[in-house]
Amino acid sequence: MSNRTINILVPVISVILGLLVGGIVMIVSGYNAIDGYIALWNGIFGDAYSIGNTIRQITPYILSGLAVAFAFRTGLFNIGVEGQLLMGWVAAAYVGYAIEGLPRIIHLPLALLAAAAAGAFWAFIVGYLKAKLHVHEVIASIMLNYTALYVTNAVIRSLSDGGFKTPTVLESATLRNQWLREFTDNSSMHLGIIVAILMVFIMWFLLEKTTRGYELKAVGFNKNAAEYAGMNVKKNIILAMTISGVFAGLAGAMEALGTYQNASIKAAQSGIGFDGIAVALLGANNPIGVFFGASLFGSLKYGALNMPNAAGIPEEIVSIIIAVIIIFVASGYILRVGLEKFGKKKEGK
Amino acid sequence: MSFLEVLYFIVPSALLYATPLIFTGIGALFSERAGVIGLGVEGLMVVGAFTGIYVNLEFYDQFGKAVIWVALLAALVAGAIFSLIIAIAAVTFRADQTVTGVASNLLAAAITVFLVKLIYDKGQTDMIQAPIRRFEVPYLSDIPFFGKLLFHDVYATTIIALIVAIGAWYILFKTPFGLRIRAVGEHPMAADTMGINVAKMRYIGVMISGALAAVGGASLAMTVSGDFSASTIAGQGFIAIAAMIFGKWHPLGTLGAALFFGLAQTLSIAGGNIPFIQDIPPVILQILPYILTILALAGFIGKAVAPKASGIPYIKGKR
Repeated sequence: MSNRTINILVPVISVILGLLVGGIVMIVSGYNAIDGYIALWNGIFGDAYSIGNTIRQITPYILSGLAVAFAFRTGLFNIGVEGQLLMGWVAAAYVGYAIEGLPRIIHLPLALLAAAAAGAFWAFIVGYLKAKLHVHEVIASIMLNYTALYVTNAVIRSLSDGGFKTPTVLESATLRNQWLREFTDNSSMHLGIIVAILMVFIMWFLLEKTTRGYELKAVGFNKNAAEYAGMNVKKNIILAMTISGVFAGLAGAMEALGTYQNASIKAAQSGIGFDGIAVALLGANNPIGVFFGASLFGSLKYGALNMPNAAGIPEEIVSIIIAVIIIFVASGYILRVGLEKFGKKKEGK
Repeated sequence: MSFLEVLYFIVPSALLYATPLIFTGIGALFSERAGVIGLGVEGLMVVGAFTGIYVNLEFYDQFGKAVIWVALLAALVAGAIFSLIIAIAAVTFRADQTVTGVASNLLAAAITVFLVKLIYDKGQTDMIQAPIRRFEVPYLSDIPFFGKLLFHDVYATTIIALIVAIGAWYILFKTPFGLRIRAVGEHPMAADTMGINVAKMRYIGVMISGALAAVGGASLAMTVSGDFSASTIAGQGFIAIAAMIFGKWHPLGTLGAALFFGLAQTLSIAGGNIPFIQDIPPVILQILPYILTILALAGFIGKAVAPKASGIPYIKGKR
């Protein structure tokens, strides 16, 4: 079996195994697994309203997945998407309601830009610490995730004079679109999906078609070789992390300008950043792969909300399935060994 | 409030918040010292908190007030078993340990809330009838000043946590077993050459982390929250990891850092009533553990060095 086939088969098998484990958990818990999966399916594709909301759910996953994947491609593990997303969320919400009198064509891009900048700044810190002071990016990211959670909560509290959410963003900064809403039976689908797909293309172009992208990938492949070839490794690490933060910040903007239209105080992390890790893994860190990975995760997450009502099954079953899928993809080594043995047996016959 | 009153109020409360951090931080330490990243302790705390509350609720009738000990023991076992998922993926399947840690955190959170809904048909459990209570240590509490400060309102779990931290130091640095754990975390190939079973030691390290982190989670749930829901454990596992790093991967350092972070948590929660502290915005105290950890790693507070092989799967025969 070729390497390419195996690379595609590992995530596919992991998803199947994840769904299988989910089914077993449902059966062991005394639920009807078939009813459960039918409810899940209807929750995703049941009607125009569900489809619209599913797409809305997919949107931030595409961007958080791109953020993680971009860092992975350059040899970095950005587990801090969560914190960068929160910074972007608040920045977009603030620009979205505080700046008045701008036409939409300027205001909306400005709010998106603010989110990208905020995410980029939060990621830049991680990149700088890694490049200049040798602080491992995973630990720095996690610490900054919690720092972001408490800092954004404090900012929201002060922006709203002690309230728990910022004012709603203005018409001129919203991603909502009347036509999309009516088309999808009043779902909360918004224009963010266009931004997300555009970013898929931008990441692909940046990595595959530009010299800078080539350098970033080279540093990811082999730091020492890149250094020997005359590339500035430290600068590239900081740049790669910062670009990754741009994607993460935009993911926050999707929530701020699209789904929620504000920023509110959070008791815990949103989880979108962590799910981005799974999305990137499933998509093999490839922009197009990320699009499909995000579609799967967004669908599962939104469809799950239908399970308690339609089949009486707690929606957490889908989080279990997702976690199992991640573990299987991460354990790709054992799947690869299995696949190679299987492939050899076939060839032998 | 007078200074002394403030002290009598802060110190027992800081010890209360530090206790789960000590258990969990020492747990993460065993995992990292054996060469497996300890990111999964957040999820292991969740497993412990759920198990502790569940056993406490269900077996209160049989055991009465002693149920807390049964609950802690059950949490210990449950944590050790759950950590096998991490061990199998990270050691046997050579999975990316960071990803495995994150995934097992997600899995623990999902499974426990799923079970709560399955068993109790709602998002959170009832309040337990037998929480872990403060008690007064006889004789020691009669010591002037220190008696009232340290032994007047103390939790048994705090005392156990202190014993665990000191015991961990003894085991890691004074016994052959500890030497082996450290060896597979620093240089697994050398350890393998000396006939140490690297995989086995790593499994043991991860399972100790599971057991201790779960006890940490259970002690937190049975003292602070009194019930279990999705928000019972919200980042304390990561603060415990921060304490381990800030303590430079040393049990006594971890203990000290956990006590300090416990103090920071107390001040951020109850600081509004304390003179001077109430002028500091709470957000500063909330982010203090995280910022300090980054500073420690950046070398501003003395260089902290992780065990060399932590996070790297060991593949026999590969250089």
